[in-house]
Amino acid sequence: MGFELTQEYIFGHLNYWLFSVLMMTGLYIVVAKGNLVKKIVGLNIFQTSVFMLYISMGKVTGGTAPIFPLDMQIDPDVIYSNPLPHVLILTAIVVGIATTALGLALIVRIQEEFNTIEEDDILKIERAITQAENAIHGESMGGPA
Amino acid sequence: MSVESTHVAMTLNDHLPILQVLVPLATAPLIVLIGSRRLTWSLAFIASALSFVIAILLLMQVIDGSVISYQIGGWAPPLGIEYRVDATNAFVLFLVTGISTLVLPYARESVKSEIPARHHTLFYAAFMLCLTGLLGVAITGDAFNVFVFLEISSLATYVLIAQGSYRDKRALTAAYDYLIMGTIGATFFVIGLGMLYMATGTLNMADLADRIADQGANRTVRAAFAFIVVGMGLKIAIYPLHLWLPRAYTFAPSAVTVFLAATATKVAIYVLLRFTFSIFQPAFMFEVNTLEFIILPFAILAMFAASFIAIFQSDFKRMLAYSSIAQIGYMLLGISLLTDTGLTAAIAHLFNHGITKATLFMGVGILVLRSGGSFYNRIQGMGKTMPWTSAAIVIGGLSLIGVPGTAGFISKWVLVEATIEKGWWPISILIVLSSLLAVIYVWRVIEVLYLKAPLAGTNYKEAPLTMLIPMWILALACIYFGFATDVTLTASRAAAQGLLAGSAGMM
Amino acid sequence: MIVETNTAILLTMLIPAGAMVTNLVFRNRPDLRDGLTLAAAVATFITVLTILSNVGNGTTEPLVMFEVFPGLDLAFNVEPLGLLFAIVASGLWIITHLYGIGYMRGNNEDNHPRFFASFSLAISAVMGIAFASNMFTLFIFYEILTLSTYPLVAHKGTPEAIRGARTYLGILLGTSIGLQLLAVIWTYSITGTLDFTKGGILEGHIAGPAVAVLLALYAFGIGKAALMPFHRWLPAAMVAPTPVSALLHAVAVVKAGVFTMLKVGIYIFGIDFLAESGASEWLMWLAAYSIIAASVVAMTKDNLKARLAYSTISQLSYITLGMALATSMGALGGGMHIAMHAMGKITLFMAAGSIYVATHKTNISQMNGLGKIMPITYGAFFIGALSIIGLPPLGGSWSKWLLIVGAADTQQWVMIGVLMASSLLNVAYLLPIIGRGFFSPLPEGSPTKISESPLLVWLPPAITAFGTIVLFFYAGTLQEFLSPIVSGN
Repeated sequence: MGFELTQEYIFGHLNYWLFSVLMMTGLYIVVAKGNLVKKIVGLNIFQTSVFMLYISMGKVTGGTAPIFPLDMQIDPDVIYSNPLPHVLILTAIVVGIATTALGLALIVRIQEEFNTIEEDDILKIERAITQAENAIHGESMGGPA
Repeated sequence: MSVESTHVAMTLNDHLPILQVLVPLATAPLIVLIGSRRLTWSLAFIASALSFVIAILLLMQVIDGSVISYQIGGWAPPLGIEYRVDATNAFVLFLVTGISTLVLPYARESVKSEIPARHHTLFYAAFMLCLTGLLGVAITGDAFNVFVFLEISSLATYVLIAQGSYRDKRALTAAYDYLIMGTIGATFFVIGLGMLYMATGTLNMADLADRIADQGANRTVRAAFAFIVVGMGLKIAIYPLHLWLPRAYTFAPSAVTVFLAATATKVAIYVLLRFTFSIFQPAFMFEVNTLEFIILPFAILAMFAASFIAIFQSDFKRMLAYSSIAQIGYMLLGISLLTDTGLTAAIAHLFNHGITKATLFMGVGILVLRSGGSFYNRIQGMGKTMPWTSAAIVIGGLSLIGVPGTAGFISKWVLVEATIEKGWWPISILIVLSSLLAVIYVWRVIEVLYLKAPLAGTNYKEAPLTMLIPMWILALACIYFGFATDVTLTASRAAAQGLLAGSAGMM
Repeated sequence: MIVETNTAILLTMLIPAGAMVTNLVFRNRPDLRDGLTLAAAVATFITVLTILSNVGNGTTEPLVMFEVFPGLDLAFNVEPLGLLFAIVASGLWIITHLYGIGYMRGNNEDNHPRFFASFSLAISAVMGIAFASNMFTLFIFYEILTLSTYPLVAHKGTPEAIRGARTYLGILLGTSIGLQLLAVIWTYSITGTLDFTKGGILEGHIAGPAVAVLLALYAFGIGKAALMPFHRWLPAAMVAPTPVSALLHAVAVVKAGVFTMLKVGIYIFGIDFLAESGASEWLMWLAAYSIIAASVVAMTKDNLKARLAYSTISQLSYITLGMALATSMGALGGGMHIAMHAMGKITLFMAAGSIYVATHKTNISQMNGLGKIMPITYGAFFIGALSIIGLPPLGGSWSKWLLIVGAADTQQWVMIGVLMASSLLNVAYLLPIIGRGFFSPLPEGSPTKISESPLLVWLPPAITAFGTIVLFFYAGTLQEFLSPIVSGN
């Protein structure tokens, strides 16, 4: 692969590279962090990467904002970028916000009930509950309930 | 006068597809706005019953294999959003609305005992939203619209599951886990959609199917397929992606578990079917490979691993949750056979398992209402004190095993037939072997209910009629559909043929 | 023609099902409940006799209830073998019900309504099996029979009963779902039909070793026929109260198994096809092994019911052997043995129950001298035992004779030897019980004058013992009655 091609490969797909990096960062945070709020943050980054994917997808080389002139005298030579992905992703952003809000609300309730939002501590508490249950109701398999 | 009334009837009839979604959607804010605790249940029930009627009307129109196309706001597809009803999704709509109409009367008592009164209005509003989402996913002909409705139902589901926290605080973490997993799944799905859009420039399902058929497979389409399968796999709880399911089902309020177990995963399977068969071409090699070498082994793994775990549970509700994962394995197995009969089996099992599990989870809910828990040693001997509830559980259990004369038998028969047709002998044997595992876990419950002495000092009353009647309707449906297979098999076969025709089936 | 035949077929299933309902509804009124069930038993028997008078030994067109799968109906018809089975089961139900009332009340058992309700449902399922016109319908009722008898086996609720019931259910459901269902679906997928057809349906659709594999799936899948090694459920089921052992595990359930076996052999494979393909050769040897091995095991059992259970396993294999011989005479002998063995074995079981009710003894070693104080019970037992052994003038001699003729037809001299040896073994494990009863001294402190069990307990075995004698004289009629099943393909 020549230098030109490599350059083309890296910069021509820049939006995809960024998308991938952001997506993996987000997923990593969701998986690796024990704090429930941080998980939500990770989830947000993960979703944002998708927003970027969609938004960059609508870009047409040399295209301008897809707004027709007021007098509707449309010049056939002007290239407009594709507005549809932007509209779509608006919906996804709304969904993402709703998810974040709900997730945070759940975390508040978890804090009230468990007095912690650290996953390890929560697991410990739940394991204790399960063990107490098993002591009364007999052993069960299938991991901590 | 008569002319005018027929005119009205016609337009109403034409608008049925949008009404299917609109009725519950409009009811949700109405419930919140009215805010009256006395009216809230009635409103929800009326909306659900109306949706059920609409679903039946739609099913009657399309069971012969025809397709209804409805253009929202008069915008013609592929630009406008289109609702498409064919045999496959009409069947799913029928199942979802039918179950919700039966669950609501049941929920009335169950919710009263499990959730504080001040949350009731919001509970039913969330329930309506969940219903809206599921119906929307099933009915829409627009790929992006699927995502939107999927998220509507998912968000409502997280809320509903979290309502179980008044009985057990672990419901909160279960809901949180499901939220994380569900959102990742939905986001994967939307990435897949984005790639499809990149490859084709359209989001209308029929249009997508056409263009993919024209241009054939390329790397973008393949990547899109992978993202969509994994995304939906999380929602379906395909075996290694199932971790959220047992906890969510165990800790959710009884009525919610009934509804979710019977409908939510089924709708997700419908989406998978729609995408794998109608949008992508079943003839694509990569798709055949995915189904045969990835989905099939995992389906079989689910049938055994989840069944084994179910055997060793000491909690009835949890046991049923694991059995659900195993049963999802059967459906995926049917899909991965990629034959007419196999798909018929999968779709029929989708329905039959829906009513079976609804019966069983309703039974659990009633036992919980009386005894306060579903651990085996809390519900032991209740066959004597609550004969009606226990008898319905037995019927549901038999259908779960697939004993002849029950709905579960029909789909299992077709599934075995499909594997024999294909010459996959070892798989036929695996199917019957895993049914035998079901015998073990179901029989544990039956022994607990009937052969153990009731706990000292307890004398439970039989359940209220509002709970018994819905459960018995479902239990009798388990038997009815075990003999009269006109509806289930005809519709499943029509759906399977439509799906296997690939994009041609979307015409 | 009092009732139309098709209506009558449905009635034979609906009347017992109705009895189940009345048992549950009138659960707190024992006399009404038991009276209604008795009426139902008599009505069922009369209905079956009506079918007999309408149809004789003819075969009727299938009565299709509805189509479940394309080409697969829930359908019923009458044919000689099924009719014979129905007559035996419904006739003996009356006697067993009387006996059951006596036994359950005499023994103060609990949960009478559940017991009699399950019993009635089981009879309903048996009628469904008897009149099923295709393998699909038969399979459905076969499973209903398994499930409806489960509560009867687990009836006492003791850990031992629960364990026995688990074995019972595990083997019967395991074999039927794991093997038989596969066989049925396989048959359906290669032939497109499951209708019982004279001469079989498989010929021309399957060949080579696959025939033997399919036959194996059926033979082992029909767990109720208790072919070794799937025989363990039968001794396990002996934890059930004796009326259950008597009617269900000596007659209805096990006969449903061998009946299915015969149906499969005659109407699915076809005797000629089996003979041509030689697929049943191994089954013949296995049946022979079962006959001898179960008899030997029976000799080692001290528990009377366990000994009878192993004797049943051995006798059931006679019928399987009859089918596996793949000759007309063998199949006829097998069919006849259904009736002959039923009458003999139910006598033995009811007599065993009678001893238990009167003395609460279950082991043969404790039964010294009981024949002196229970002459009628022991007399019935003696006659029943002779019929099982196959001595004239008792019914059992004829079916054994036909089986031997069938074996001779195909020059299976070893099989003749097996049948002879088995008779000797029967003598060895049945007659010592009688000898002990009549000739050993009573233990000290026991009553010396006649002390029979209650009337309803000793009378039924006496009736069936008499029945075995009657059957001897009507065997020719019976043979003629059954002959259409193997002729006129």
